[in-house]
Amino acid sequence: MRSHGFMVYDTLFGLDADFKVQPQMVETYTVSADGMEYSFTLRDGLKWHDGTPVTSKDCVASIKRWGARDGMGQKLMAATATLEAVDDQTFTLKLQAPFGMVLQSLAKITSNVPFMMKEEHALTSPDEQVQEVVGSGPFRFVKEEFKPGVNAVYVKNEAYVPRQEPASNTAGGKVVHLDRVEFAWIPDTNTCANALMAGEIDFIQVPQADFLPKLKAAAGVKVEIFDPLGIQTVARLNHLQPPFDNPKARQAVLWATSQETALRAAAGNDPELFAVCPSMYPCGSPLASDVGSDPLLKQDFVKAKQLLKEIGYQNEPIVVLHVTDDFIISNQTLATAQNLRKAGFNVDLQAMNWSTLVARRAIKKPASEGGWHIFQTWFNGPDFLNPLEHMAIGAACDKAWFGWPCDEEIEKMRAAFGAEPDSARQKELAQAIQKRAYEVVTYVPLGTVYQPVAYRADRLEGLIKSPVPLFWNVRKK
Amino acid sequence: MWQYIIRRLLAIIPVAGVIAVFVFLLLHLAPGDPAAVIAGNTAMPEDVARIRVKLGLDEPIYVQFVTWMKQLLRGDLGESIYSNMPVTRLIAQRMEATLCLATASIIIAILLAVPMGVLAAWKAGTWIDHLVMIFAVFGFSIPVFVIGYILIFGFSIQLHLFPVQGFVSLREGLGPFLRTITLPSLALGIIYAALIARITRASVLEVLAQDYIRTAQAKGLSSGTVLIRHALKNASVPIVTIIGVGIALLIGGVVVTESVFNISGLGRLVVDAILSRDYPVIQGIILMSSGVYLLINLIVDISYKFLDPRIEY
Repeated sequence: MRSHGFMVYDTLFGLDADFKVQPQMVETYTVSADGMEYSFTLRDGLKWHDGTPVTSKDCVASIKRWGARDGMGQKLMAATATLEAVDDQTFTLKLQAPFGMVLQSLAKITSNVPFMMKEEHALTSPDEQVQEVVGSGPFRFVKEEFKPGVNAVYVKNEAYVPRQEPASNTAGGKVVHLDRVEFAWIPDTNTCANALMAGEIDFIQVPQADFLPKLKAAAGVKVEIFDPLGIQTVARLNHLQPPFDNPKARQAVLWATSQETALRAAAGNDPELFAVCPSMYPCGSPLASDVGSDPLLKQDFVKAKQLLKEIGYQNEPIVVLHVTDDFIISNQTLATAQNLRKAGFNVDLQAMNWSTLVARRAIKKPASEGGWHIFQTWFNGPDFLNPLEHMAIGAACDKAWFGWPCDEEIEKMRAAFGAEPDSARQKELAQAIQKRAYEVVTYVPLGTVYQPVAYRADRLEGLIKSPVPLFWNVRKK
Repeated sequence: MWQYIIRRLLAIIPVAGVIAVFVFLLLHLAPGDPAAVIAGNTAMPEDVARIRVKLGLDEPIYVQFVTWMKQLLRGDLGESIYSNMPVTRLIAQRMEATLCLATASIIIAILLAVPMGVLAAWKAGTWIDHLVMIFAVFGFSIPVFVIGYILIFGFSIQLHLFPVQGFVSLREGLGPFLRTITLPSLALGIIYAALIARITRASVLEVLAQDYIRTAQAKGLSSGTVLIRHALKNASVPIVTIIGVGIALLIGGVVVTESVFNISGLGRLVVDAILSRDYPVIQGIILMSSGVYLLINLIVDISYKFLDPRIEY
């Protein structure tokens, strides 16, 4: 969906290769001295795929629609007093409360991305799907050829006016050299790899780890890591249910964890495909830090057992939800279960597919009544770039992400981070939040897995390195 | 005869009704929540709750059932929860590939199995018979995806004779169509052929032991005439039965074959729908498959009359 969005729609701002915010649809913008008023002017020549010009009214409606659904967007809208079109190319945003993440919010590249759409479409209820796909991005969607679950077809948007800067992540000039791009869903990973090797397809977004050696050895095929942040793998504990309503039990899990074991289980033994990462923000990103991570990095079953003894753990079953249809989550869950057993937990591993898990994890009842204690998943790196976006670091009790950690201190610091315009101070706050999150154990970071892409290097050039597969700048050799 | 056909056609209605109830209950009582799948990993609990309300999944199960049945009685299978497209349109988009695959598989299976089974019976106890039975055992024992991967490795990766994956419609030319349909239908057909070959051999063997066959041979008829006109025709009722019953096997095989060869047919549609709990799509496809299955059984029953005039309805 996100890749589809970047093909068809454009964004006001993009992120460059260093994850710095750069204007995209916006030509110029100004920020008042107190950081409370923003004015944005759109570039000349922006047009929708139906030929009508992009106006500031379209952008205002699009931001409001996105702001009703996205977590960062909701925070931005909560801090916003007015968001208004001044003329066809200019609109202003006035804050009622300090919010230091305005530009970062508008430049975000992961769910949900603030794509700009026509006002008439953006006015659709945020809970309803927009039926027409009319963007202003570098490619046009060919609705007539769309087969859900099979393929989506895009053709070059001849009217698109790219920026002059070189392409860099989602920022810079989106110059299209391909007349037609087809996204094909190939569910069988073996078939997908074979199709690439046989030259029937040109690019695989996520080749399965088992096939990487075969793909690396194939003539004309290149396997490369495009996403410098990787995916962040996590174990989530249910803070509502004993024993994990007690921080000591959660810390016991931290002491029992070995990121390296979890990562090798998920990514194999190729060190290029994983990295131990003690930071709750992606390693290599601006806010990354190892503060507070000692228990995670020094696996110690004796300490874990001692903590369980202190809380009087009586061998009650710990229900661990085991997703079997995701290679990474499945293998990591098995590694976690093994470490928990070694630490003295009585693990009840319950196998299920992902769609069952997403329903089960919403249940707040005790495990004996259909609830759970631990589940594992992963997030894209950009989801964790700052404590405001970071779903797993938050501790807003009932309003927190599944697992419902509850810590007033963390939430106060997150709010302060959001209001803070100064990047140095933001970094201090981010570290303080991480330190506290490790104490509370809002979640257990299990490290970074790098998922390479595989493509026909003998046919394609100019692919952009980004967490999102992007197809502007790409040429056929 | 016509009364029988009409009676059988009418009997499809209550059977389809029972299937509809079971399918609905099984799906809705199984764990999983389409709202949670739609909302995605980063959704908050309130997002999931809002989508549940929008989809009507917060209603009691009997209300959801009545709503669906009302739609069904109007001939409306509903809309996909994910693509918002009508289920009938989704099925229509995928029907051609599955029909082509199933038909080609049956043709390959019959063309392979019937001669093999007849030959094995005719040469019972010889190396030909043993060879056919070894084929039957292997064909029936090896999963379709293994056969699929072996065919892909041999004919696509090594010999470059066929594409690894995909499906090209017959409308785009016979050549491209045959190139994409050959390997998948061979993979599926082999399994089916193994089953038919075994039954054909057993039936023909039984008939060959009958007195009238001996009489025919004593009259001086050629081996071919005895085998085709006298033995095979009288052995055909169990063979036709197994071909009909095997359609169910074929439906299961299509799901796997379509995944292995990346054919965008109904099999893949139903797998994707099950994984994402797209209830209307699953219900629609199961209902349609059940209808097809019932119809094929009817055709098989009717064919008995033509194969064996002693059978009366």
